Amino acid sequence: MQPVLPIIILALPLAMFLFLGLLGNKMSHRLAGILGTLGMGTTMVLSYIVAFTYFFSGNPDFIDADTHTRLQYVVFNQDWLAFTDFLVIRLGFLLDPISALLLVVITTISFMVHLYSNGYMRDHHGVWETGFQRFYAFLSLFSFSMLGLVVATNIFQMYIFWELVGASSFLLIGFYYTKPSAVSASKKAFIVTRFADLGFLIGILILSFYTGTFNFTDFTSTAVSTDVYQISAGTAEGIKAIFANSAVPVFMGASVLTWALVLIFMGGMGKSAMMPLHIWLPDAMEGPTPVSALIHAATMVVAGVYLVARLFPLYMMEQAALDIVTIVGAITALYAAIVACTQIDIKRVLAFSTISQIAFMMVSLGVADVDFHHGLGYMASMFHLFTHAMFKALLFLCAGALIHAIGSNDYTEMHGLRKYMPVTHITFLIGCLAIAGIIPFAGFFSKDEILTAVGGYSTFWYIWMSLVAGLTAFYMFRLYYLIFWWKEHTVREGHHAPHDQPWTMTVPLVILAAVSCVAGFVPMGDLVTWNGHSSVENVSFWTNFKALDWGVASISLAVAIVAILLATIMYKKENPLPARMKNAMPNLWRWAHHRFYWDELYLFITHKIIFNSICRPIAWFDRHIIDGTMDSFAWMANKASYAIRGLQSGSIQMYVWVYLIGALLLGAVTVVCILI
Amino acid sequence: MESVGSIIMYVVVALAIIVFSVLAVTTRKILRAATYLLFTLFAAAAVYFMLDYEFLGAVQIAVYAGGIVVLFVFAILLTSKPGDKSEKLASKSRTLGLVGAIAMAFVAGYSLITRSMLLLPKPEMDAPTMQNIGEAMLGTGEGQYLLPFEAVSVLLLACIIGGVVVARKR
Amino acid sequence: MEITAIYYLIPALIMFCCGVYGFITRKNMIAILISLELMLNAVDINFVVFNRFLYPEQMEGMFFTLFAIAIAAAETAVAIAIIINIFRAAKNIDVRDLTKMKF
Repeated sequence: MQPVLPIIILALPLAMFLFLGLLGNKMSHRLAGILGTLGMGTTMVLSYIVAFTYFFSGNPDFIDADTHTRLQYVVFNQDWLAFTDFLVIRLGFLLDPISALLLVVITTISFMVHLYSNGYMRDHHGVWETGFQRFYAFLSLFSFSMLGLVVATNIFQMYIFWELVGASSFLLIGFYYTKPSAVSASKKAFIVTRFADLGFLIGILILSFYTGTFNFTDFTSTAVSTDVYQISAGTAEGIKAIFANSAVPVFMGASVLTWALVLIFMGGMGKSAMMPLHIWLPDAMEGPTPVSALIHAATMVVAGVYLVARLFPLYMMEQAALDIVTIVGAITALYAAIVACTQIDIKRVLAFSTISQIAFMMVSLGVADVDFHHGLGYMASMFHLFTHAMFKALLFLCAGALIHAIGSNDYTEMHGLRKYMPVTHITFLIGCLAIAGIIPFAGFFSKDEILTAVGGYSTFWYIWMSLVAGLTAFYMFRLYYLIFWWKEHTVREGHHAPHDQPWTMTVPLVILAAVSCVAGFVPMGDLVTWNGHSSVENVSFWTNFKALDWGVASISLAVAIVAILLATIMYKKENPLPARMKNAMPNLWRWAHHRFYWDELYLFITHKIIFNSICRPIAWFDRHIIDGTMDSFAWMANKASYAIRGLQSGSIQMYVWVYLIGALLLGAVTVVCILI
Repeated sequence: MESVGSIIMYVVVALAIIVFSVLAVTTRKILRAATYLLFTLFAAAAVYFMLDYEFLGAVQIAVYAGGIVVLFVFAILLTSKPGDKSEKLASKSRTLGLVGAIAMAFVAGYSLITRSMLLLPKPEMDAPTMQNIGEAMLGTGEGQYLLPFEAVSVLLLACIIGGVVVARKR
Repeated sequence: MEITAIYYLIPALIMFCCGVYGFITRKNMIAILISLELMLNAVDINFVVFNRFLYPEQMEGMFFTLFAIAIAAAETAVAIAIIINIFRAAKNIDVRDLTKMKF
């Protein structure tokens, strides 16, 4: 493949960022919006071309026809920073199943969000949001960074773009920078993820220190020919052997490779909002809703999952690391699902739902076992990443439409909107059905694969995750009923009746809803597997259907339906049941409503313990000892100059005196010398 | 052996230099100081004539005596009323100044009189003609001074402008 | 009696020392300037004398004096302009009183 298309895919959003960022204020809002949308649309089309070429062209660079194995293809890999012969940081474009999949996901969602924002970022009277052009510039920057992240050929390039997405996320969360809550939310997001990235960086350094390379292909693949690689467990075993044969193979009871992988996973935990680093994501909802849809639901937050998937053959070598992934994911999933049941702000419900769903993907990766259905968990995780991106972006965009119509995030002000906003109603319902896992919507297939994979690993986690799946269906339908049913909507005095939004906002909803209906039929088992071997034969539209394990599927379907029925009973009509339940379990409700006091715990640890015991002494030391030393130098210089400034009298006669005396002394010395 | 006339001339000039320069710095009336300066300058011009530098002597009289002293007089008249006397110097500062000046005279005089080459007789010399001087002033070869000449002309221009700008009423 | 270089240098030295004395002790700015002119002239005489007695065939000393006279004229003109300006502003040209711009 020629590198032209991939280069354009990366360069176009960057160029759009620079163009809109530098010249945005010089052009009209409408033009900036159209330009940004068109730029992203072009990128999307090019990404589709690249992804389809990769998956379906049958080119020997992309697929080994004999074994039906998809290969990794390095489109280009340019030296960027060459520190030494070994330590070279490259920028490149790696095409393999998961990067091609992510190309499609990112550009699709990004394009939808670009289009949607044209309508969202202006009020009912058509007045554009302040900083509209800046918004589009940042969206383009984010798209560029995210694309650069997924196509990274080496872990350091990934780290660079990883930080770039963090920075653009920071910029976009703090888009309403005049609002203190948005500013503190953006700071919180940046600091928490930055803290996690510290672990990521240390992990990278450990890994590259032992192996002497940054390239993913050196970690996980064997070369087939120049630029073409095949994922193989053998290379990962070789890496493990390097660690095992090193001078210090074990550190604090775990192998160094485990440590490196866990530290790298820590970076993923931060980005993907896993416990206990999840606290930034709910607050990140302070950003504009399209941003939440793009960054904090569909793309950036799955970077952690993507990272683990990218290094999966290495994780496979260390069961301990995978166990940590599983446990963290499972606990997060349950926690977030419980909290989501009690939140009032619709975006927070969706945020916790996102955390929970990403945790599903993590668990799925953690339980992936190559001997169980060709590493089903890995495939399921990527499948769920794909479908979740679609329906969660849909839900967020619906939420944006609701917020735009009502002017509040609080669902207690919504109720009964089904007649006023029919398009939003239907699309939101589709999104809810998809996330709840109702056949034949997208979420059903991916979630079913995950549950199958978990079931093949351990029964305990299977029951746990099924419970979470039920909770998911429950809280999503609770949200749905509270927004669209519950009681009749009362239009407040002086307000218009809420109505559907302009076409720029409804078209993305309809498209994403349609995708959410059919995405489940994508034969993911053929396209994305951990080592590229297709796990199915005779690909057809019904492949996923046939692959269903009906034992698992019927249970999960039953759980989802029961949960939905429960939600229907409790929330369809206004009734005292929810209040009664709340009063029956006041402590549980209060804890869940306050998100189990995690934020307070963090505040306690940072403010009370870290600030008081570490920061204050350091600040004191800095202020009194270091600054004091410097100040005393300045003070001494000041005093000394005051003391001697009289010498610089400005009186020339004084100077002549001094000069004369000096000359006389010199002369006298000369005379004396001559005489002697 | 010099002619008696030139010896008498020398004595007069040397005495004039010494006496008028002492008077110039000791008198308390500033206008008188300027006048004594004028006489000192004339005496210096006489020295130049005696040493066969007629052009230099003429320049000394024209520029110093004719130009600078007139400037001084104008400035004095502009900045003081007639009959103004500067206050009497404190004896302490006068003594100190005297000590400094005399010490300086002794040190420098000692080094002067111990130099034997200063006791050589005056060698013969053809007095430089106006042509010599003009060629030396406006040539670029060795021993010729076009560059400093130009530099001084620029300096004078700058000085004219500067003088106008500084003294001009705002 | 032979009039050698030293006979010219001694009066010039005395003239210079007078200049130094005046420069140090006088308080009137114009008087200081006059002392300065005395010193300059003493140095001029030195140049000429050394030129005449040691290197009669060259003209360096004479030209140095010539330029020194030109520069002295320039310097005096600017100095007097400044003095007149100061007098206008402060009604005074006593150096002891002109301390307004001191630190």
